[in-house]
Amino acid sequence: MNIDSITNGFVIDHITAGRGMRIYELLGLDNLDCSVAIIKNVASKKLGKKDIIKIDADIEIDFDVIGYVDPGITINIIRDCKRVEKLTVSPPEMLTNVIKCKNPRCITTTEQEINHIFKLTNKEKGEYRCLYCETKAN
Amino acid sequence: MRSLIDILDFTTAELDELIATANDIIENPAKYSEKCKGKKLATLFFEPSTRTRLSFEAAMLELGGSVLGFSEANSSSAAKGESVADTAKTISCYADIIAMRHPKEGAPLVAAQNASIPVINAGDGGHNHPTQTLADLLTINREKGGFNNLTVGFCGDLKFGRTVHSLITALSRYEGINVVLISPDELKLPSYVKKDILEKNNIPYKQTTDLESVIPELDILYMTRVQRERFFNEEDYLRLKDSYVLEPKKLKNAKKDLCIMHPLPRVNEISVAVDDDPRACYFKQVLNGKFIRMALILKLLEEAKR
Repeated sequence: MNIDSITNGFVIDHITAGRGMRIYELLGLDNLDCSVAIIKNVASKKLGKKDIIKIDADIEIDFDVIGYVDPGITINIIRDCKRVEKLTVSPPEMLTNVIKCKNPRCITTTEQEINHIFKLTNKEKGEYRCLYCETKAN
Repeated sequence: MRSLIDILDFTTAELDELIATANDIIENPAKYSEKCKGKKLATLFFEPSTRTRLSFEAAMLELGGSVLGFSEANSSSAAKGESVADTAKTISCYADIIAMRHPKEGAPLVAAQNASIPVINAGDGGHNHPTQTLADLLTINREKGGFNNLTVGFCGDLKFGRTVHSLITALSRYEGINVVLISPDELKLPSYVKKDILEKNNIPYKQTTDLESVIPELDILYMTRVQRERFFNEEDYLRLKDSYVLEPKKLKNAKKDLCIMHPLPRVNEISVAVDDDPRACYFKQVLNGKFIRMALILKLLEEAKR
């Protein structure tokens, strides 16, 4: 399968197979009017299978979202059809307004203006808990 | 601005300092009777409470300060839809310190993020109740002379019992603590408390459903009420509410210096006949709660001055 190479933008590579759509949704890529490709289940020497997202625009990427969903990802920055930088991400210490607390007893469920903040509580397991009620993120 | 939202907001050295102040207040009440003259405590209770609210109010009055506030959400602007953040900003204009109880978990943290005065969490739903933990710690300190090398049994609702989670968290920072968890299967301590607190701090613990089989080992027995308000399902509450009732005959094999604690209010989980047993410490806990809240108000107002 051929996907056109991009001129200026990003290639989000080494996404654990099956997580591409989640990243697409959390990064709000459906709101872009540039070319965006999600390639699923690509053969990978390192992972067996992987997903890839290509974005043909110089947008602002929320690295925290990527670090939260899949810290093994690499991000290639493309300028004039060439890779100029390769970045890796790590799980962020705090995650703001990316996911919502699902505990019905949490204050964030009734007060609309509050930021939904999650704190990294276990780095090895990538476990996040709500800052307000300490409920584990799903 | 320093607040108390979670018991872990204070280091063990700070807890020791609070306990020392509380003990000094008990010994020398006159020395503290005007320490908060001219200061106002706002008690913002969005959920009914007798003990905690009156304890805070008595604490402030005994420090020579005054008190304002409300005791249920219906008599506050929350009934008109005001946010916790706006309430906290508004009250900061009237008072010097806030004690807040709220049914939603995390509400006092939101208040602390928005207030310009110290906020004390006086209970947020089933989440935290740090001043109850302070009262528990002062009681243990006074009855046992310290916190190290104690076998502490927690009995009853260990799933929703916020006082249990907070006290386990606080005790996990001391040496030689052994924990015995006594509950019906449905009300066991949540696995995250076991993993993140007990196992992470290498605290030996065991779980049982049989109180009488473990009572001889205990230095402290912390009884809890099965709380109706924490259940979504009334049937579950009715089935579990009488799981444990502590009666004099069950104390037959207990240590002579066992310390029986309960955060109160009790329903029937401790028989009234136990009240006369010298090992019953739960009303001392209530009194200690007032003294430790006095120490806390003093500390936070002092830090706010800096």
